[in-house]
Amino acid sequence: MPKRKDIKKILIIGSGPIVIGQACEFDYSGAQACKVLRKEGYKVILVNSNPATIMTDPELADKTYIEPITPEMVAKIIEKERPDSLLPTLGGQTGLNTAVALAESGVLKKYKVKLLGADLKAIKRAEERDRFKKIIQDIGLDVPQSGYAHSLDEAIKVAEEIGFPVIIRPSYTLGGMGGNVAYNIEEYRRMAQWGLDLSPRHQILVEESVVGWKEFELEVMRDRKDNVVIVCSIENLDPMGIHTGDSITVAPAQTLTDKEYQIMRDASLKIIRAIGVETGGSNIQFAVSPKNGKLYVIEMNPRVSRSSALASKATGFPIAKIASLLAVGYTLDEIPNDITKKTPACFEPTIDYVVVKWPRFTFEKFPATSPELTVQMKSVGEAMSIGRTFKESFQKAIRSMEIDRYSLDAKHIKPGLNDEQINERLRKNYWDKLWYVAEAYRRKFTTERIYELTHIDPWFLNHIRDIVEMEANLFAGGLEELMPELLRQAKQWGFSDKYLAMKFGVEETEIRKKRFDAGIRAVYKMVDTCGAEFEAATPYLYSTFETECEANPTKRRKIMILGGGPNRIGQGIEFDYCCVHAAFALKEIGVESIMVNCNPETVSTDYDTSDRLYFEPLTFEDVMSIVETEKPDGVIVQFGGQTPLKLSKSLYKAGVPIIGTSPESIQKAEDRKLFNQLVDKLGLLQPAGATAMTYEQTLKVAGNLGYPVLVRPSFVLGGRAMHIVYDESALKACVREALEVSGEHPILIDKFLDDATELDVDAICDGKTVVIGGVMEHIEEAGVHSGDSACFLPPVSLKPEIIAEVKRQTKMLAMELQVRGLINIQFAVKDDKIYIIEVNPRASRTIPFVSKAIGVPLAKLAAKVQAGMTLEELGFTEEVSRNYYSVKEAVFPFMKFSGADVILGPEMLSTGEVMGISDDYGIAYAKSQIAAGCSLPTKGTVFISVRDADKARGIQVAKKLLELGFKILATRGTCIELIKNNIPSEFVRKVVEGRPNVVDLMINNEVDLIINTTIGEQTIKDSFPIRRTALDRQIPYFTTIRGGLAVARAIEALQKEKLTVKAIQSYYRK
Amino acid sequence: MPQNKAILLLEDGTVFEGRSFGAEGVAVGEVVFNTSMAGYQEITTDPSYYEQILTMTYPMIGNYGTNALDWESRKVFCSGFIVKENCPMPSNWRSEKSFSDYLRENKVVGLEGIDTRKLVRHIRNEGAMRGIISSSELNIGVLKKKLGAYPGLVGRDIVKQVTLGQSYKWDKGVVDVLADKELKPAKKYKVIAMDYGIKQNILRLLVSHGCKVEVMGAEATAKQILAKKPDGIFLSNGPGDPAAVTYAINTIRDLLGKLPIFGICLGHQLLGLALGGKTYKLKFGHRGANHPVKNLDTGAVEITSQNHGFCVDIDSLAGKNVELTHINLNDNTLEGLRCKKLKAFAVQYHPEASPGPHDSHYLFNQFTAWMDKVKKRKSKPLLY
Repeated sequence: MPKRKDIKKILIIGSGPIVIGQACEFDYSGAQACKVLRKEGYKVILVNSNPATIMTDPELADKTYIEPITPEMVAKIIEKERPDSLLPTLGGQTGLNTAVALAESGVLKKYKVKLLGADLKAIKRAEERDRFKKIIQDIGLDVPQSGYAHSLDEAIKVAEEIGFPVIIRPSYTLGGMGGNVAYNIEEYRRMAQWGLDLSPRHQILVEESVVGWKEFELEVMRDRKDNVVIVCSIENLDPMGIHTGDSITVAPAQTLTDKEYQIMRDASLKIIRAIGVETGGSNIQFAVSPKNGKLYVIEMNPRVSRSSALASKATGFPIAKIASLLAVGYTLDEIPNDITKKTPACFEPTIDYVVVKWPRFTFEKFPATSPELTVQMKSVGEAMSIGRTFKESFQKAIRSMEIDRYSLDAKHIKPGLNDEQINERLRKNYWDKLWYVAEAYRRKFTTERIYELTHIDPWFLNHIRDIVEMEANLFAGGLEELMPELLRQAKQWGFSDKYLAMKFGVEETEIRKKRFDAGIRAVYKMVDTCGAEFEAATPYLYSTFETECEANPTKRRKIMILGGGPNRIGQGIEFDYCCVHAAFALKEIGVESIMVNCNPETVSTDYDTSDRLYFEPLTFEDVMSIVETEKPDGVIVQFGGQTPLKLSKSLYKAGVPIIGTSPESIQKAEDRKLFNQLVDKLGLLQPAGATAMTYEQTLKVAGNLGYPVLVRPSFVLGGRAMHIVYDESALKACVREALEVSGEHPILIDKFLDDATELDVDAICDGKTVVIGGVMEHIEEAGVHSGDSACFLPPVSLKPEIIAEVKRQTKMLAMELQVRGLINIQFAVKDDKIYIIEVNPRASRTIPFVSKAIGVPLAKLAAKVQAGMTLEELGFTEEVSRNYYSVKEAVFPFMKFSGADVILGPEMLSTGEVMGISDDYGIAYAKSQIAAGCSLPTKGTVFISVRDADKARGIQVAKKLLELGFKILATRGTCIELIKNNIPSEFVRKVVEGRPNVVDLMINNEVDLIINTTIGEQTIKDSFPIRRTALDRQIPYFTTIRGGLAVARAIEALQKEKLTVKAIQSYYRK
Repeated sequence: MPQNKAILLLEDGTVFEGRSFGAEGVAVGEVVFNTSMAGYQEITTDPSYYEQILTMTYPMIGNYGTNALDWESRKVFCSGFIVKENCPMPSNWRSEKSFSDYLRENKVVGLEGIDTRKLVRHIRNEGAMRGIISSSELNIGVLKKKLGAYPGLVGRDIVKQVTLGQSYKWDKGVVDVLADKELKPAKKYKVIAMDYGIKQNILRLLVSHGCKVEVMGAEATAKQILAKKPDGIFLSNGPGDPAAVTYAINTIRDLLGKLPIFGICLGHQLLGLALGGKTYKLKFGHRGANHPVKNLDTGAVEITSQNHGFCVDIDSLAGKNVELTHINLNDNTLEGLRCKKLKAFAVQYHPEASPGPHDSHYLFNQFTAWMDKVKKRKSKPLLY
């Protein structure tokens, strides 16, 4: 069937900020949709609050709204744009929920907007678990026993019927949020109540536990003519009970016979038809009993999902793109397979390699939270690897994680554990369980025993056993004794040079040499959707140790871009955005782009983003092999965050042509001593500081500097193990960790500028000209990690002469460092003095935000500069100033980590960001808050409790809020201070002061807004329940006084005017 | 267990070196590849792979072992088997024996540890070719000589070697492995299934569609067949060049128009030849479980299981009163034909799957529907 002519203008809802459970996979899917729908001649209207996305680039949609994704705001966009249809299935759960809300509230009907892909009925059939369960049973399939509860009493009744253990799943939450396994009634009560609170519908599903069963997923596509294909099957290494997003998964399914697989396939076809997803992709999860193959249907996503992104990357079948084409009426047989060009998309990909996806965790940032994996997702990113065998792919996946682990090394086992303790570790679902599995094999545990403890299928266990045995063979003697044949086998099994070098105690180059002498080199195979049955036209490659290489490099001028690897806190989509822009830029100037990355969620690993894609880990060995094969004219390390930067030195040493800012300059900015010399030479200021290698040295340095001091390890991103300490006892508590994280490098100790204003500046330089991209004023004071701080562009509170001076210093530093491309500088301003905090001669996290704010694609320009063009040639020699305000706000994962505190500090904790734009900065800030999921009250009661240093400004905030009609509650000290200043406020007890206290009032819905700043370990501990309750009950809270000031202004603005929406294309028009 | 060296020599002189698994020895055959990711046990027991050395594009084979239920015939028919990595420690609740033990017991030579993707690309580019696989004799000269003596498949009738050659009754239906239940409705039709190398899942599906099935050897004559008074005749899959199986073509020609005929794979080719068409050899054939086939009656696409090296020439059927019913979307070759007047239809692919998707099971209903129609006519002779 040809495409539909009855639709012309399509609204696409994005997924908003990156959060756990909803990451850049929806930028990938949304960007694909925008591109293909516009190519088909449709007008595309897009809404997404996340500026770090490719999809919100102004050229991707006809109208792009960087506005909060709430039903109210989207309704305004609909009213303004009058789209005739809405594609709800590409923006994750956020997009789907928003579409459902718009349909249910009658907005879609009112403006005659059709839902494409899945209609309201189908969405509800899939999403509402009781309906879903009934449909599944009606078509003759099984689901785990379960029941719904809308209250705790109801919940207890259901659990009694099913029997423990049970799984609790709150309805309509993201990433399985609030999901839990309860083994007894006591924990059940707590978990059930939490789940009820979290569910927007106050509904939980209580389900028979199939913990320990095998878990599978199928990716299904359906078209208007009812053709259905399975794109990919995925088998989880981790058994049921661990969220799929947190599980190590493998494609294709490994342990199913064809008969069992076909039963699952038949079930999937029946399900997608019965649910009535008319066109597009769906993801169906199954649990399989390891004893008798019994099959339970667990759930279905009637939309493109994280697994769809994985399946797309794993097979080369672009699910989101095809889903978009199907949504506008094409059928599968009418769409060509992009990879082969000659065969149609109506087929089922077959793969001739093994894909392993490995989740990336950041438990180290949330020490109060148990690192145990459950049915609620906790991972912040993932890497995917491709190898010819499971072992190869598995070991590639480990090193793709960048967690300084290269195999299942025994050194990661906690020393001194006895066998019983190993048992215990195997029983617990900690993220690093597989290292303990390996250890168990070293201790001669049998596969049966390990299976009983872990419920990991013996198929996977046996492979781990093989790896452990191989290790014993490999390292039985010295490197000289290692036979080439064994070395070859080790490479085929995915052992990295780095790991072999570490174990043999030699340099990695020695292993390389030995390998090359024996003729053992990586070759590249294609991901071609068809197991080599047809010729592939798209160079999408992975490495393996076989005989034939299919890389077939071209003779064109070519530049390689190193990506950022798995998302983690501190390094996420922003860097992928920059890499993608680099690829686009190279295409524009006719240079071949070669992308290297291993993150399946990203746009950078889409095969049509760059000319050639290498889906590979970002390690020295893996990158060098590609360089040797491709022989690029240049390699860009500036865009992928810390990952490629860390490699740059060794690559440079190996003769790789790194382009852009020279590694010497990078060194100058990163090395403490060289940097001090630089700052001195230019006559600039920086906080006093020194380095230390030992515990004692650190204490001495800090004493000399005078407290407070800022302590941080060298070479980390995201403020890992970074602390501000106000006295020696606090310092003692954090030195060891900092030293450990810093490794062989010294830790840095700086005088901390208390209550300074922090600025972030992004600029671009070609060696002759420097152009400021933007100066951002942080809302939170210096000391809060810049990635966690909200910021204004342009600044709102600084004197023009200060801003001018900051720009002057930026230009000076960029020229001095001879930057080619981007530079980011952080300044602190205190008492009108400007201090340099940090210089990063690379793309920063704020590049996408600044680019969106000023309407100039900075990363693209930078890539062209690196390829040799001047800013003059590019026509970008003047700073762009805009007459509206842009606010960036960070989004945090605290909700997912029970027990975590929400106080902001120098260690970055946010996973994503949103942007608010308006002519009024109060409104811009308000929009950023709404977009971040915090709906500001315009009336009600505010609770204020501030530390002594904040009292003066606390009074300002209180006064403002009082004027705005808020009733004020305050703790003793704050209350006295307020009353002294003629601000009527009511005293309320702290939690430690007895009851009723502030938490009681919060639970009784008597508090609408919280401003709580603290200092000192004890105070922080005492006030923790306030912040946690605020978080759990979704009461807006602010933990810095500057945040409090900003929110007061925002509330004022909200009281004065209604929120309006405006496309970024209109903002840029001036 | 230490593994012996094993090699594959192709007729163009290309050599692949790996390790042996399964049985030790030497085997010759046509080297072909299959792109199914699962179903190796069904594939190795499919008689259509007779005299073929099979390589799987999926690199890890043997993962779920082998079992008593997943056999498609009385023995393993392929002459050699090549994988990137065999799994010696399978895991599946139905597994009874590892794949290597299974091959060893069934005397099939296995080769593992070669760059199978390189081999597949070679076949794709150069076409399916003769090859010899060996773990016992490693001298290339000797192997070359042996390979030179192998005549290949074109022009040879090898159906006689795989057909059981005698008639027997078949009474097993499809088993639901999860429910451990056999699907066996009341028998409404008597069907003769011609065994040119038949896969058992065809027989099971016939039983599960209400057929009383009797299997007859490939050389059974029309007279012998009609003497059984069947309601319909099924023409099975099988190995080799269809044009060489002249006796079967003659028999089919004799049967045409007398009662409903349904053919699969080789059965499709033989029917095409009996209807006056021609067959030819494909460059490297279709073997896999993901081939899109368009049903020209409905426009719907079926994902099909395939295994054939020969094909009916579409042009050769022009003016023969034959309808084209199915077409392969990858290369537009013929996948199904029908002659309404003569009550015969056939498909080139494998609707019985095993392994593969079940999208095409409806063809068995079509067969029974045709038998119903004819029966109705017979029961109401006055209308004629």
